[in-house]
Amino acid sequence: MNKFSLSLLAVLVGFTAVAQSQETFGGQLHGNFQLDGQLYLRDEAIDPSGEFFPDERFLGQGYANFVYTQGDFSGGLRYENYQNVMLGFPEGYRGEGITYRYLQFKQDNLDVTVGSFYEQFGSGMVFRSYEERGLGYDNAMDGVRVKANPAKGLYLKGVLGRQRFYFEKSPGIVRGLDAEYNLTEFMPKLDSLGYRWTIGGSFLSKYQRGNDPFLVLPENVATGGIRTQFTKGPWAVQAEYAYKANDPSSDNGYIYKDGNGIIVNLTYSKNGLGLIAGAKRIDNMSFRSDRNGSTIDMLINYLSPTTQVHTYALPALYQYATQINGEEGIQLEANYKIKRKTKLGGKYGTLISANYSVVQSIDKQFVDPSNDTLRTLQGYTSDPLARGDIPYFHDFNFKVSRKVNKRFKYTASYLNLFYNRSVLEDGLGDEAIQINPSNQKLLNANILVFEGLYKIKSKHYLRGEAQSLRTQDDRGSMAMMLLEYSVAPHWFFSVQDIYNYGNPDADQRLHYPLASVIYTAGTSRFQLSYGRQQRGIFCVGGVCRVVPPSNGVSFSLTTSF
Amino acid sequence: MKNILTALTLLFAGLSLQAQVLPSTTLKTLEGKQIDIKDAISTEGPTVISFWATWCKPCIKELTAFSDYAIDLEDEFGAKVLAVSIDDTRNSARVAPLVQGQGWDYTVLLDENQDLKRNLGIVNVPFTLVLNSAGEVVWKHSGYSPGDEETLAEVVKEVAAGKTPSH
Repeated sequence: MNKFSLSLLAVLVGFTAVAQSQETFGGQLHGNFQLDGQLYLRDEAIDPSGEFFPDERFLGQGYANFVYTQGDFSGGLRYENYQNVMLGFPEGYRGEGITYRYLQFKQDNLDVTVGSFYEQFGSGMVFRSYEERGLGYDNAMDGVRVKANPAKGLYLKGVLGRQRFYFEKSPGIVRGLDAEYNLTEFMPKLDSLGYRWTIGGSFLSKYQRGNDPFLVLPENVATGGIRTQFTKGPWAVQAEYAYKANDPSSDNGYIYKDGNGIIVNLTYSKNGLGLIAGAKRIDNMSFRSDRNGSTIDMLINYLSPTTQVHTYALPALYQYATQINGEEGIQLEANYKIKRKTKLGGKYGTLISANYSVVQSIDKQFVDPSNDTLRTLQGYTSDPLARGDIPYFHDFNFKVSRKVNKRFKYTASYLNLFYNRSVLEDGLGDEAIQINPSNQKLLNANILVFEGLYKIKSKHYLRGEAQSLRTQDDRGSMAMMLLEYSVAPHWFFSVQDIYNYGNPDADQRLHYPLASVIYTAGTSRFQLSYGRQQRGIFCVGGVCRVVPPSNGVSFSLTTSF
Repeated sequence: MKNILTALTLLFAGLSLQAQVLPSTTLKTLEGKQIDIKDAISTEGPTVISFWATWCKPCIKELTAFSDYAIDLEDEFGAKVLAVSIDDTRNSARVAPLVQGQGWDYTVLLDENQDLKRNLGIVNVPFTLVLNSAGEVVWKHSGYSPGDEETLAEVVKEVAAGKTPSH
């Protein structure tokens, strides 16, 4: 532990020395540092057999990023350390090293990067390389990226490289090109009429050697996409279509079917009113730089969810994760601010929002397994206009936020959730469910959340939450209370308890208390927590990981400079 | 451990004393137009840059709580507030409707590939910076707890008066 901190410190000091000597030339050093650790305590109530109790008892991990910019040049690196990786993160993070380093040159119309980089084409259906540190997700590219602006309104991107796979690289090579054309910049007349119009297209190919004793595997797999964004006054339309050539993979059961996806969004925003209507359908769009990859490893593309992200603790227990092998869904959302000083809006105005999202399987007619050749080639057929019959998820919610007076404001929410546990937790395929639909584990829940914020005096605030999740399914009903006291700008205290009073197993009707203290000074933050956490699924942007139950003392230090 | 933490704190404190300007980074407006952050900041008064995302509850709380202050700061001190969303391309469609539904009056920019976030070494949102009229970063804060908006308003007033922030 100490040794780790010392070595990091040495790295930091080294960099500071460099930075300061460069400072005379007018360069800039920015960076950040995070260190997390947890001392695990044996808790037989939540983990009777000890299967989640780590042998190490203490697990800690940390990283530091440095970005140095001077004029047209910049460079950066990240050092990561896992001794050992904390529970719930992918096991592939083991050890230490410099996992990210790059040099970049940028002038008016040209931007060249060598080394590691993050990039995306359009919404990411064809290509998105990104990191989500809290999730342990990182598919950074290592290679070359060129961005150019050869003509007014025309933006080109080219990428070549391999993706990160923990402390190694993916076996496949990724090559891609993207062009975006801002017609408004090209035709000022459009601009003067109030139109904003952008079109784009991308092409990407991966190469991975194929030497399978039974299958002739396509070594080069191509994908392409087209997209457009159109804005006029308060209205905006975004649409994207992507196609993937045949790519037998462990995700799709090594079938030779091609894949496609479409996303359309229509939005309206004006005078305190915001509306979103979205629809999407994806069919066999899993795409990795290793055809044998699984979970969150080496994904080339990104298929975002069309569901709302919940941050309250109880609704967040049942979050939706994108089903990359196929799903279809719609989302409708409305946000409205009732004007201040009106009868309904009150003195300060009132915010109301409503959201409905639903996701289900796509239509899939599976080829009879007795027809071996066709089964391997085709897998299934799907009618894009037919509705799939397996429900995956739905969420209806309604929220009101209101500031009552100078001291008090509140938010009240109601949610109705449906969550297919067989699909979203156990990863059961559509075919298995079609064969035996009654075997599905489903969850229906009604959730109420009330949140209040009270100002005691200047810079002293008390915040409370009361949550109730009522269900007959899974772990049964739960209730939660939370109290936070903050003294701006430095101190923050929080206590909470979740009580799983409705668990069908009487021995599991447990309390999950958690207490935290946070100290913030400028850009540095130190957090210390003690308590019990239940098993759950942690998601960011439709990508999820399972978090095992734990009990213990955890800390987190972050800073940026 | 304590000594190391102290040393680290001192080290970062030392670094943050140096006047920083923003690294040139391309962002997008809500209409899809590309713009350099250097061209978006104010040269006549303080600029507040608040990094946020549609899925980040504390960010939305901060921007909502600060919006009452922002109106006065803009009128009286010539301050400019930029709300930089780090939502990815797909989620960025949700940004404009959300901004309207919250009744915010900020200039909203999109950092879809999180380039500016990375260039500034930001770990998590919310993250707030205050720049003086020379474009130098004079104050930074990470995270949000209720009441932070009061501190931020005080800082902006101090910066507008040409003082060094006292927080």
